[in-house]
Amino acid sequence: MAAVAPERSSTGPAPSPRERKGGPSVRAIARRLHVDRRYMPVIGTFVVLALILAIGGVRYDNFLSVQVLANLFINNSFLIVLAVGMTFVILTGGIDLSVGAVLALSAVSAAYLLDVGVPAAVVLPAVVLIGSIIGFLIGVMVHVFDVQPFIATLAGMFFARGLCFVIAPESIPITDETFVAIAGWDTWVGGQWRMTTSVVVSLVVVAVAFYLLHYTQFGRTVYAIGGGEQSAQLMGLPVARTKVLVYVVSGTCAGLGGLLFAMYSRSGYSLTGVAMELDAIAAVVIGGTLLTGGTGFVLGSVLGVLVLGLIQTIITFEGTLSSWWTKIVIGVLLLVFVVLQRVLTLRRT
Amino acid sequence: MAARDVPVEVTAPVVEMRGITVEYSGVRVLDGADLTLRPGEVHALMGENGAGKSTLIGALTGTVPILAGTVLVDGLPRTPTSVARSRAEGIATVFQESHLSPHLSVAENIMIGHEVRGRFGISWARSRKQAEAALATVGIEDVDPRAPLAALSPATKQLVAVARAIVLEPRVLVLDEPTSSLDESEATRLLRVVRRLRDQGVAVLFVSHFLEQVFAVSDRMTVLRGGRVVAEYRTAEVDRAELISKMIGEDIDALQALHSQRLSHHYAESSRVALRATSLGRRGMLGPTDLDLARGEVVGFAGLRGSGRTELARLMSGVQRADRGELWLDGERVQLRGPAAALRHRIAVSSENLRHEGIVAGLTVRENIVLALQALRGWARPLSRAEQDAVVDTYLDALHLAHEDLDRPAGELSGGTQQKVMLARLLATRPHVLILDEPTRGIDIGAKLDIQRRVAKLAGEGVAVVFISSELEEVVRLSDRIVVLKDREKIGELSNGPGVTVDTIVEMIAAELDGPDPGDDG
Repeated sequence: MAAVAPERSSTGPAPSPRERKGGPSVRAIARRLHVDRRYMPVIGTFVVLALILAIGGVRYDNFLSVQVLANLFINNSFLIVLAVGMTFVILTGGIDLSVGAVLALSAVSAAYLLDVGVPAAVVLPAVVLIGSIIGFLIGVMVHVFDVQPFIATLAGMFFARGLCFVIAPESIPITDETFVAIAGWDTWVGGQWRMTTSVVVSLVVVAVAFYLLHYTQFGRTVYAIGGGEQSAQLMGLPVARTKVLVYVVSGTCAGLGGLLFAMYSRSGYSLTGVAMELDAIAAVVIGGTLLTGGTGFVLGSVLGVLVLGLIQTIITFEGTLSSWWTKIVIGVLLLVFVVLQRVLTLRRT
Repeated sequence: MAARDVPVEVTAPVVEMRGITVEYSGVRVLDGADLTLRPGEVHALMGENGAGKSTLIGALTGTVPILAGTVLVDGLPRTPTSVARSRAEGIATVFQESHLSPHLSVAENIMIGHEVRGRFGISWARSRKQAEAALATVGIEDVDPRAPLAALSPATKQLVAVARAIVLEPRVLVLDEPTSSLDESEATRLLRVVRRLRDQGVAVLFVSHFLEQVFAVSDRMTVLRGGRVVAEYRTAEVDRAELISKMIGEDIDALQALHSQRLSHHYAESSRVALRATSLGRRGMLGPTDLDLARGEVVGFAGLRGSGRTELARLMSGVQRADRGELWLDGERVQLRGPAAALRHRIAVSSENLRHEGIVAGLTVRENIVLALQALRGWARPLSRAEQDAVVDTYLDALHLAHEDLDRPAGELSGGTQQKVMLARLLATRPHVLILDEPTRGIDIGAKLDIQRRVAKLAGEGVAVVFISSELEEVVRLSDRIVVLKDREKIGELSNGPGVTVDTIVEMIAAELDGPDPGDDG
């Protein structure tokens, strides 16, 4: 916070020579120590994560084990992928309610296609593509026809969920050998940390998203649109293309998430992923991304998913608590985070 | 400066706009306008609000579709279709509205869209270095390029916007009202940057409402009125009065007449005090201040930006609550809790950012005008159409508002017109005390004149008016009495008269400035 004050005074009339002479060293140190305020919410999420870990570690014997943490990633890999896609959309100031349904559609399609004998090499890319296509259609609705993202993605949600039931109202088990082999593959990092295909895929997605957001024009434009669409336009950035693309990214992530979910559950069922879009949104918000867009980090969203997952783990460890307590704790956390963000932004202005 | 001696006509123009015509939903806002920009020359674009300046800039930068006409860059037809395209042609623009992203850092804002690429995408180290160089060029090298833009003052943001424009070393730099949010010293700094760029051979298109800045910095000017080019001058050869009359298309004598009329106006010294403040103040905002406002009097608040002018106005009107002192209205002590209470006591306030805070862009002009009156009456008793018309008609002519604008959304109108609509809204409540904070900032001279006339007339009708403006000339022209503020204190009061000029006030502020230091000139 302290870094703001000198900023203001330095914009006054020409700085005195004395100030210039003695200033740099002090300022350089301040600059080095100064943590960018944009990281504050993410740091907050990290602190909460550490706190939950500490509480769990104190209360339960085996809580702080490598196995529990590794499982955290395994059980939440699809949610991480969803949250990454959601981060792109929310950064532009939009919202994507379709991802839960698209995830189900992708999982059901995978199970169905494998069941009728289509080779896994075709099915894997095909179901991801389904997500991309739905994302593209939503993007076109949002940008070209200027439909509210809430409405456009709500339509996408009903469409995808309906399609699931058209394809298969019942659960289809997956028995395809290649698919099962891929899903069952795992490796032990450092001899103890178990990583499955899903975990590897989700971590790759996170890395790619991070690169896209911070090292490409597409990512920079995403942030700029969140800061103000008209400003972004006046800055000469490709707003139209980017606005469509974020929904394609989110849809693709949902498609991929469906694939991971199919690997996780070894089946496709049309009622999977109901309300999962809300979990993804909660993770993104807990991870420090503003719903109005413009600020946030994909790593924050990953932390957000881990916080949600850890709460679930704790409630499992507790044993006697109903699983609905997860929802209550998440609700309270969400509220705390939103209020915290509000306080942070209010202080800024 | 040797370069300045070369006759500028010799250099080939870098941009030529010929016969540019633009229509918005059937309304012709630009009609066959021509504009020529030459390297190493600052070209001012002059005209009232709504004259088509911003549209012409839009046509040059590709944000406004052109109906007819051509844009030549280096003699080749290159009609821009997007900001990105015009940038590629070397035309960089600083738009009137801030077009930066508040959440991104300074360096990110400067470099976004043209970051330096390394082998693996954006190289932040090199991008930041380039941003730092651009910051140094505009003279704010002490700004931390990693600081979020939202943490900067409006003036610094404006300079960052200029840094963004020049980082690609454009051949043409378009500045649309770059100094409207800057104070005097900051504006001077910006003009210095503009001159330096000009001397480096950049063609600058400069739009500003501040005549003195235009005269200080420009080499040539084009005057627009009603979407047409009405004149082009070499700055050195034009007379201010002639320029103004070209811009407003009406006689310059009107301005002078208003002034002398105000000077001859004498309010009765004994007239009733409408509002009295005794040691009114608020910690951290304004020191204890005494002030009387009499019926039929215009009291000007003069002082630098941040001197406490706005703060005094806000405390007087209850927009912000005072933590000390008393407020008396017509001899009765009152406690004002918020603007609604003020309205009930017949105190109308316009805020400094009134156009942004006050105008409801989606409502029509008519609805905007009757808004406050309706609020005063309570929503349970809606104004009938006939009553609305009666109210609206009263102010149409007085403020030179066009009848056909009445049912247009207020957001579509020019800044000056919006300001008049706001004034009409305040007047519709028939206030006894009217507080106007910067009512004429950023609007054209014609609208200014309308508002000043109206203020003078109101005083004549017995309203107590507070008039706050950064333009001291305006304050001197209109006020019966001038309250001078400095560093959040009232430092004095002047009774206006033939002996009082802008210099009188400036000296007063300056004297107070040097006062505490005995080592200084005396």
